[in-house]
Amino acid sequence: MGSKMSGTRPDKSKLYHPQMPATWWLQKSSYLLFMLRELSSVFIAIFLIVYLVQIYQLTRGPEAYTAFAQNLSSPGWVVFHFLALLFSLFHSITWFQSTAVVMPLRIGARELPRQLMTGLNIAALIAVSIVILIFFNMLRG
Amino acid sequence: MTPTKNIEPLWWGLFSAGGVVAAFLVPIHILIFGFAIPLGWLTDTGLIYRYLLIKIYLFVLISLPLYHWAHRFYFAVNDMRLGVPRKPLAIFCYGGAVVGTVAAALVLLMV
Amino acid sequence: MADPTVTLNVTRYRPGQDQAPTSQRYTIPYKTDWVVLDALNYIKDQMDGTLSYRWSCRMGVCGSCGMMVNGVPKLTCAAFLRDYHDQEIRVEPLMNFPVIRDLVIDLSDFMDKLKSVKPWIIRKTEKPVSEGEYLQSPAELESYKQFTQCINCMLCYAACPVYGLEPDFIGPAAIALGYRYNMDSRDEGKDSRKDILTGHDGVWQCTFVGECSEVCPKHVDPAAAIQRTKVDAAKDWFKSYLLPWGQK
Repeated sequence: MGSKMSGTRPDKSKLYHPQMPATWWLQKSSYLLFMLRELSSVFIAIFLIVYLVQIYQLTRGPEAYTAFAQNLSSPGWVVFHFLALLFSLFHSITWFQSTAVVMPLRIGARELPRQLMTGLNIAALIAVSIVILIFFNMLRG
Repeated sequence: MTPTKNIEPLWWGLFSAGGVVAAFLVPIHILIFGFAIPLGWLTDTGLIYRYLLIKIYLFVLISLPLYHWAHRFYFAVNDMRLGVPRKPLAIFCYGGAVVGTVAAALVLLMV
Repeated sequence: MADPTVTLNVTRYRPGQDQAPTSQRYTIPYKTDWVVLDALNYIKDQMDGTLSYRWSCRMGVCGSCGMMVNGVPKLTCAAFLRDYHDQEIRVEPLMNFPVIRDLVIDLSDFMDKLKSVKPWIIRKTEKPVSEGEYLQSPAELESYKQFTQCINCMLCYAACPVYGLEPDFIGPAAIALGYRYNMDSRDEGKDSRKDILTGHDGVWQCTFVGECSEVCPKHVDPAAAIQRTKVDAAKDWFKSYLLPWGQK
């Protein structure tokens, strides 16, 4: 009786082990959206570095600051910022959806629908953005 | 009693904080500094960066999302099976975020 | 007018004979009230007795019949032919698990991981029977009830790309069950589950893809359990560094 079969443990030597292909995330739309969400962080990081460099120009004088802003008006940079804005909003929406899963709104012990939490966060995003715009307008000199 | 403490919660906490900051603050900043200023819809003399509170605000805005990127990018590159060895990738990501944090602090102090 | 038919494209794997799985097509009668499990039973009873697969209750409570149907993890007793019948239906073994034979997978990895989270009430001191039952309010029950609904069907493991990429990852169902016991007011075992749940192969491997909760037939929402465990663990971690005097 050569088989190593037992009640619960199969013969390990005859198992087939499937391998996950490196392109796994391209094979399903939900996986692709997941990966795009993860990569949105790259656009956000690059934008913030470019913004930091923009601020740095002020230490080299006001002409350097204006020249850099001029640079950013080129089509390449406008396309980048457009993509960055899209990915940044994609991050915001998916982040709010995730927050609703982790910390759902509750009345007593009952969970309120998750879209409500997401919607409130989006409203807060709009409100905060307006406040920032107002502050910027007031303080820009 | 705990064995050598896992560092993972630190990166996850920073990733989380960075995610919140990015979610609420980044879109409007892209609109202002990626579109409005370069395309001349709004002008900006740079005066705003002199305020201490603004410096602190910008430090948080720029540095925290870098940790959000570091954590997500590290896992994404590993998941995409691009063959990048883990330790150098970790140093690039988390180390990069630290470098960015220091750079942000220096620039905001100088400006 | 011939009676309507449907074709199933089913994975075959014969251990010791085949190097890799192949597939076999079976064309069977199409009945509007049949599920994929009925189709498999028809194939085995009437056409090919060598086909192997697991099933039991045929009503979505035992968790035995999980398989990939057109690339999506499903309980075959809950996948109606009428939702697929205008194309060929692909039936494959549950993804991310070693295949023993045909549609039968090796679950020992999941079983080990499930045991490792100690899915039972752990008490520091047992209450003697004479002192009566452990009392629990409806609100206390509500806080963990949905996580008790897990039927160990492992569709979540098939949906989770992290489990496919990192085989040591504890996985959605095991973490959700660890969370279920941590949240149970009768349990005092959170510390003894900490190392497994918040260790390297625990919650931190999860990147919140969310597919586990999408495919769960009992709406357990393991993704929520995992993220809440992360928040809890992160809070404890930061507290232990910032407020060390509270520690034992």
